[in-house]
Amino acid sequence: MNTAVITDTMNKDFVLAVEGLTVSFDGFKAVNDLSFYVDENEIRVIIGPNGAGKTTVLDLICGRTRATTGSIRFKDRELTKMKEHEIVRAGVGRKFQNPSIYEDLTVFENLEISYPKGRSVPGALTFRRDRAVKERVQEIAETIFLADQLDQRAEYLSHGQKQWLEIGMLLIQDPELLMLDEPVAGMSVSERKKTAELLNTIIKNRSVIVIEHDMKFVEDIAHKVTVLHQGKILSEGSMAKVQADPKVIEVYLGH
Amino acid sequence: MLKSDRTFFLRPQDMIGIAVLAFLLIVVLPLTLDNFRLQFVGKYLTYAFVALGLVLCWGYAGILSLGQGVFFGLGGYCMAMFLKLEASSVEATKIQTTPGIPDFMDWNQITALPYMWQPFNSLTLTLIAVIMVPALFAFIVGFAMFKRRVGGVYFAIITQALAAIMTILIIGQQGYTGGINGITDLRTLNGWDIRTDSAKTILYFVCVGLLIACILIAYFVKSSKLGRILVAMRDKEDRVRFSGYDVANFKVFVFCLAASLSAIGGAMFTLQVGFMSPSFVGIVPSIEMVIYAAVGGRLSILGAIYGTLLVNWAKTSFSESFPELWLFGLGGLFIAVVLIFPNGIAGLWQSYIAPHLGPLFGGAAKRRASPPATPPAAPPSGTAAPAAAE
Repeated sequence: MNTAVITDTMNKDFVLAVEGLTVSFDGFKAVNDLSFYVDENEIRVIIGPNGAGKTTVLDLICGRTRATTGSIRFKDRELTKMKEHEIVRAGVGRKFQNPSIYEDLTVFENLEISYPKGRSVPGALTFRRDRAVKERVQEIAETIFLADQLDQRAEYLSHGQKQWLEIGMLLIQDPELLMLDEPVAGMSVSERKKTAELLNTIIKNRSVIVIEHDMKFVEDIAHKVTVLHQGKILSEGSMAKVQADPKVIEVYLGH
Repeated sequence: MLKSDRTFFLRPQDMIGIAVLAFLLIVVLPLTLDNFRLQFVGKYLTYAFVALGLVLCWGYAGILSLGQGVFFGLGGYCMAMFLKLEASSVEATKIQTTPGIPDFMDWNQITALPYMWQPFNSLTLTLIAVIMVPALFAFIVGFAMFKRRVGGVYFAIITQALAAIMTILIIGQQGYTGGINGITDLRTLNGWDIRTDSAKTILYFVCVGLLIACILIAYFVKSSKLGRILVAMRDKEDRVRFSGYDVANFKVFVFCLAASLSAIGGAMFTLQVGFMSPSFVGIVPSIEMVIYAAVGGRLSILGAIYGTLLVNWAKTSFSESFPELWLFGLGGLFIAVVLIFPNGIAGLWQSYIAPHLGPLFGGAAKRRASPPATPPAAPPSGTAAPAAAE
């Protein structure tokens, strides 16, 4: 995945275009006729009350849930028809809400598995831990504050460190669109600060969609905020605009 | 630099482990056991191939198959078909209605060799079939299941059903398979009489050689990135999928590999014991094979071999004295493993013995598994020593 080449040859305005997206679970429309667009290098934060459909939107983009109708176009490729691993290889990375890491493996091995090489069965059998891999793992480990923990089994990391590790596992894939589901949930104040710092360093050359409840954190990082309510967009725009929107105050912020 | 930074696929403690096992099987047992007992060990070792496959498939990848007997049987039947054809020459069978076909076919009014049997006139094709037929069957089953994301208990139940189906099929198609008696009265392999004591001793050593080769293959797979992906999949399948891997392909691969390993064991069983029958295919033997791996330690390649030897040795000595009690003993053993030592003998070795032996005997693995002296992180939630994803 060569980001430079792709950005040069791409003159699309939007990295991600979601249009008319609907998903219904036994008649219940968790996401209802949703449309939104994410620009290149934009940090978009999705907020909304519980059950608004935020996580479902990420599930739909990364292929975990299949859309009932509508389209999701990523750099002009239709994601709704692609398999999960193809979507990842196209350049979409997704972090889950609970830290999703491999507890039985070391930090190094966790990052190594995410390194975008040797992803087929023969490729994985013949994969060599060469210099390029080691340097890249080292580089990412430094970014996520885990450089001195490479040989540690991941299960012994703290909750915050696990979250960082998963972010690192995404970074090593160098995705063009990074989706983070509540990256600071359950973190201490100092960890939260460090995470905001981390996010600010990793957003270069990529677009990011973040789901977050922590308003202070949202204010710190968001370029644009989308407020979801009952599967629909309630409001969209800058943080200030959204916060001033009476509809938003009514259903969410006012509570 | 990294402790995990190694270039060769065997760590020093693995090499010592394999050397100790090889010494035991090649030198100690042949020198201490009489021929009769050594043949028993040879038979046990054929099950060790299955246990080895289960370590990769169940221990590492988390795919519990309760139908490994099917693959053991397929390998065994492929070999038995070749041997049976060799034993059914026209001269040897001239009293039959149709000379030159296996006796059980003649008894079932079959008058020509079925197409299915034709390739087994050739030893080369037979050896290819021993590996490929079970692998192909595992591929079809695995592809159908894993692409649809059938896993866990559902997969285990389906494999168990397969074992039942296979037994019924073999028994029902008597004219083609020899039915419930199996394929018996096997005599020679390319003219070499396999029934003599000296032949059985040679076959024992062939079996040990193949087992060690398969152990090396298992170590290679385990130490490759593929091995770590299997562990990762067992833990967080979705994370692997959303890291750009087609998870089903890896499951199909390891299931096929386990099937081929089992089949090699099956073929060696036929050669050493001199017959193959549906009683090695069904649900009960399949579950027994899982118990071998569990007792030895499903996360340990060498542990599974020792587990197989130990359980079978216990089975033989127990059922000689208390035949009715054996099944209860086996069941009790399985419950004890699950409740008291989930990582089997290998887990006990790792936690209690290896730490006193120094790094070359696995002591290092223990140290790596425990948290370092100054963890900035919270203490580990589980204190049980992980017998190793290593």
